[in-house]
Amino acid sequence: MHATEIPARLARVTKRYGAITALHDLDVELRVGETLALLGPNGAGKTTAIRTLLGIVAPDAGFATLFGRDPRVAKNRARVGAMLQVAGVPATLTVAEHVRLFATYYPHPLPLAETLEIAGLRGLEKRLYGELSGGQKQRVAFALAICGDPDALVLDEPTSALDVEARLALWAQIRAYVARGRSVLLTTHDLAEADALADRVVVLLGGRIVAEGTATEIKARAGGMPRFAGATEFEEAFLSLTRTATSEESMV
Amino acid sequence: MIARITAAETLAELTKVCRLPAYAIPTLAFPLGFYVFFAIAMGPSRGIDGTTVATYMLATYGAFGVVGCALFGFGVSFAIERGQGWLLVKRASPMPPLASIVAKMLTSLTFAAAVVLLLSVVGAAFGGVRLAPATWLELFTVLVLGAIPFCALGLAIGSLAGPNSAPAIVNLVYLPMSFLSGLWIPIEGLPPAIARIAPFLPTYHFGQLALGTLGGGHGSAAFHVLVLALWALGGVAAAAYGLRRDEGRTYG
Repeated sequence: MHATEIPARLARVTKRYGAITALHDLDVELRVGETLALLGPNGAGKTTAIRTLLGIVAPDAGFATLFGRDPRVAKNRARVGAMLQVAGVPATLTVAEHVRLFATYYPHPLPLAETLEIAGLRGLEKRLYGELSGGQKQRVAFALAICGDPDALVLDEPTSALDVEARLALWAQIRAYVARGRSVLLTTHDLAEADALADRVVVLLGGRIVAEGTATEIKARAGGMPRFAGATEFEEAFLSLTRTATSEESMV
Repeated sequence: MIARITAAETLAELTKVCRLPAYAIPTLAFPLGFYVFFAIAMGPSRGIDGTTVATYMLATYGAFGVVGCALFGFGVSFAIERGQGWLLVKRASPMPPLASIVAKMLTSLTFAAAVVLLLSVVGAAFGGVRLAPATWLELFTVLVLGAIPFCALGLAIGSLAGPNSAPAIVNLVYLPMSFLSGLWIPIEGLPPAIARIAPFLPTYHFGQLALGTLGGGHGSAAFHVLVLALWALGGVAAAAYGLRRDEGRTYG
């Protein structure tokens, strides 16, 4: 892997849905080895950004790249694993069958046992997907994202539906993956999550970047924040940023 | 690579479907039930169109069963996976998009072959159907390959309809179309008004093509194939439209 390589990039991307502009001239770059959080409330454009990056959505202006290549071409997605917010994974395949099938899409997949180990699915491999708990289902989604041994992970709200215990477990798994030298781009509306996982945070509001930096820098920008990144303080910082951006917009 | 992925997809698809009795049982049982009732119980050796009722209806109920495999197996399952977002997960992966389409088609063809075999065995055992091996093989081939244009129509319904309305839409298309095309009651026995509508339906051409292998039916085989190919192209175009429309939808 070259140090100069950019695992994932949105370059001046604009995306409209009818009258709504979901992304305004957005520039986001995921660097090698970092964990980047796209942080924002619902409707900020996080999911559209992720889907543009993965080639599911074509931008109206600008472009997206994965390791320098067009994500609209299937094989250019081979170095990236993704976790999306979706409801319906086929219920009548077992955990192992799902993982084994997904692994065939990638040129150099992890061995099944290793994927199951990393995702915390050991002992559940013969279980039908439909019989799993919510937390276990999310671990399957994570397993599908990592089974191809990708250099970068793109995770859309990975823990939004999880209880505290399952969320902490998934955080640990994401950190373990990053420790292998991989890059991670994740979206979240949960400030504590961005703070706990990300090296760098991009705050998105109305499809624009309103703040960017480490969690600490963002809090500083928002003004007079406490020393520690407790969830509540961070939330306040975020809300104050949001208010600033909104009032700027209304002045224009 | 693509062949390997398609094979793995097909295997997964077959596994999935076989574990769903709600699909597998009606797909096989309906044509069999109708065939037993209309062809065998009501005098299998009566003459019609130069052959016996049981032989004639092996072609028409065979066609009916095959169309069901294609419309339900393809259309309904595609609508559900699309509606629940599973399709997005696949589109975010490096799987070549054609692999899952071809896999669903091969799954439908497998079920189609099972339906035709089942009807053939029952016809031979209880309906006195006697065909030269070459003739039977020709009928079998035409019936099974005839699933392809209906897979395209299933893909169209699956790409346009919602996951909840797709089964109802398929039934609304499938049952009247089969009746009006003479797949239930021979076209010769239908009122002339209906017989005039029939040539506008793809199922009519499929039925006549199958009857042609037994030396019966109306019109030239080449013409029926052409009409079915046009329906298939129309189905693919409608599906492409539906999938592109999905891309323009707002995401959360």
